[in-house]
Amino acid sequence: MPVETVSLDGHIIDSLTLSKVLDLILLGGGSYRIQAFQVGVTRDEPSHAEIEVRADTSERLDAILARLGQQGAARQGGEAECRPAPADGVFPEGFYATTNLETQVRVEGRWLPVARLEMDCCIVIRPGPEAACTPFNRVRRGDAVVVGDGGVRVEPLPRREPGDAFAFMGSDVSTERPKGLLVARVADALREAHSAGRKVLFVGGPAIVHTGAAPCLAALLAGGWIDVLFAGNALATHDIELALFGTSLGVDVSTGLPTAHGHEHHLRAINAIRAAGGIRPAVADGLLRSGVMHACVTHGVRYVLAGSIRDDGPLPDVITDVIEAQEAMRAELDGVGVALMVATTLHSVATGNLLPAAVRTICVDADADTVIKLLDRGTHQAVGLVTDCEFFLRELARGLEAGG
Amino acid sequence: MSGPALLMCPPDVYDVAYEINVWMSVRNRPDTSLAARQWGALHHALAEELGLDVALVPPMPGAPDMVFAANAGLVWGRRVLLANLRHPQRRVETPAFRAWFEAAGYQVLEPPAGVPFEGEGDALLAGDVVLAGYHQRTAIAAHRWLGETLGLEVLSLELPDPRWYHLDTALLVLRPGLVAWYPGAFDDYARRVIESRFETLAVVETEALRFGCNAVVAGRSVVLPAHCPRLQADLERLGNRTLAVPMTEFIKAGGACKCLVLRLDLGPAATDPVPPPERPTQARNA
Repeated sequence: MPVETVSLDGHIIDSLTLSKVLDLILLGGGSYRIQAFQVGVTRDEPSHAEIEVRADTSERLDAILARLGQQGAARQGGEAECRPAPADGVFPEGFYATTNLETQVRVEGRWLPVARLEMDCCIVIRPGPEAACTPFNRVRRGDAVVVGDGGVRVEPLPRREPGDAFAFMGSDVSTERPKGLLVARVADALREAHSAGRKVLFVGGPAIVHTGAAPCLAALLAGGWIDVLFAGNALATHDIELALFGTSLGVDVSTGLPTAHGHEHHLRAINAIRAAGGIRPAVADGLLRSGVMHACVTHGVRYVLAGSIRDDGPLPDVITDVIEAQEAMRAELDGVGVALMVATTLHSVATGNLLPAAVRTICVDADADTVIKLLDRGTHQAVGLVTDCEFFLRELARGLEAGG
Repeated sequence: MSGPALLMCPPDVYDVAYEINVWMSVRNRPDTSLAARQWGALHHALAEELGLDVALVPPMPGAPDMVFAANAGLVWGRRVLLANLRHPQRRVETPAFRAWFEAAGYQVLEPPAGVPFEGEGDALLAGDVVLAGYHQRTAIAAHRWLGETLGLEVLSLELPDPRWYHLDTALLVLRPGLVAWYPGAFDDYARRVIESRFETLAVVETEALRFGCNAVVAGRSVVLPAHCPRLQADLERLGNRTLAVPMTEFIKAGGACKCLVLRLDLGPAATDPVPPPERPTQARNA
């Protein structure tokens, strides 16, 4: 919620100026909190008040502040200060480091929203004026980078309404909640995102395949519930191994028993896709006929596979340059309303780093550590669900199918 | 000895040459010879009838509103808090007044940069309290400066109605605890402030529109615009001597008696000996 602090000085009590200012805030549809108040000791000594003003939109806040300005309420914080980036990929000394919370900067007397918000970047002001959150690799020498925190305001996440699915889940990591109910709330969140025209992002790890949940995820993809998939080499590789050999890490998913030479299956799967020229050609050739990646290709779900140093292969679709992979992930985030992170620490944290805090983020893992890691790295909006991913995806697929 | 009590500017160049308030219309310009007679009658009432020492500042061509001397600033002892007039049309007046004040030995203080302040038009002394108008001409930010500079309490009063664009068009301090006023000129908060702090004498709208509140008080004498019989009777009933002066030609510009007069007798130092004006020392050889 947009917020700004104003100060009021003078004989503001006997002149009823303070009363008037507070009334004007309420009449303008805003709310206030008096942060500081010093009353003049004698009649001729002025008083001083600092008032935090909030409104539901920036326009409304600006209208209120304009009225308050006529009553002598002075806006605090001047313009954002900028310094040129000294070289490509280098921020100037004292740069303002972004959070993932909605941020505005004051330029030429106006508050500008910072576009493409993510944590741990800088803010570049361009002619227009426009303000854009910018990671290291995108900064060019001479870019006007905001330094210090003057003229920058950050809006805390709004409190969740009691009826909100997320309020029910809380933001703590708890294993002691009714899981079926929680999964039903996640299904609601997905439905709400789609009905609001927002996208659903799914971030997944290979345990989805190992635990036998790949068909459930494939069903969610085929059902149109997921718009974007982020994963690494492993999820795709074991998903394809399952499609081609019926095993995951050499274990027969239907029997749970290891198979002869099964430990080679994922290498043979990688090799088959490399030979085909990639996942899409493999689907087109009829080589890959089922599974998660097959569902992505056949149902037009966009995916980004980001590599890591321990990958076998990797699959030709895997982006092995991490900067390039981050950029590919960023390019898919516009319009995402819900992020569902299931059974992956690495990709959950990587995605959390890129998401604005306004994106509803659900982290599902059998290990509470993953959720804690995500929260510790600044993705405070995440809610955690400690449970087996196969149970979660099966219940979610069933809930969404039943709910339509 | 004390210096002059009042400052006025003869109406030699007075005219309605532009429109910066709702009273002004360039199609309804004043009869300048009649204006001169009305100004003369006011000066006569103050200087002759009441025997006040009235100083004159020479009018400056191209400054038709300079006749409204009340907007030059606020004099407090030997200091003048110079105006920063809101409208560019009137800003030419300020250097002329500044020159007069400097020549007369006043310490000239300026409001903070960019903060409009229209002198006594929006700042009236009531004992040790300043009643200060804002919104249309003076900005409330100037009130803080007034309070800090004078060391006095300032009561800020919002004037929402464009007809009452200066405080002195709608409020008259008769003595420290008593004001005559037109309540309709003020917002609810200002009304509450005035009612809680002062005894009040209400002026009816028809007489407020004839600028009844825009009067000059000197002790128990009040010089007010003509054609305000109810206010005049109320003032007499309260023990005042009243002198009514026709002001029709100045009302065409949105002003009357008080607007034409700046007080020089306010503040603790007003009774102190007037220091000689500082002038460049001229070398004289013996």
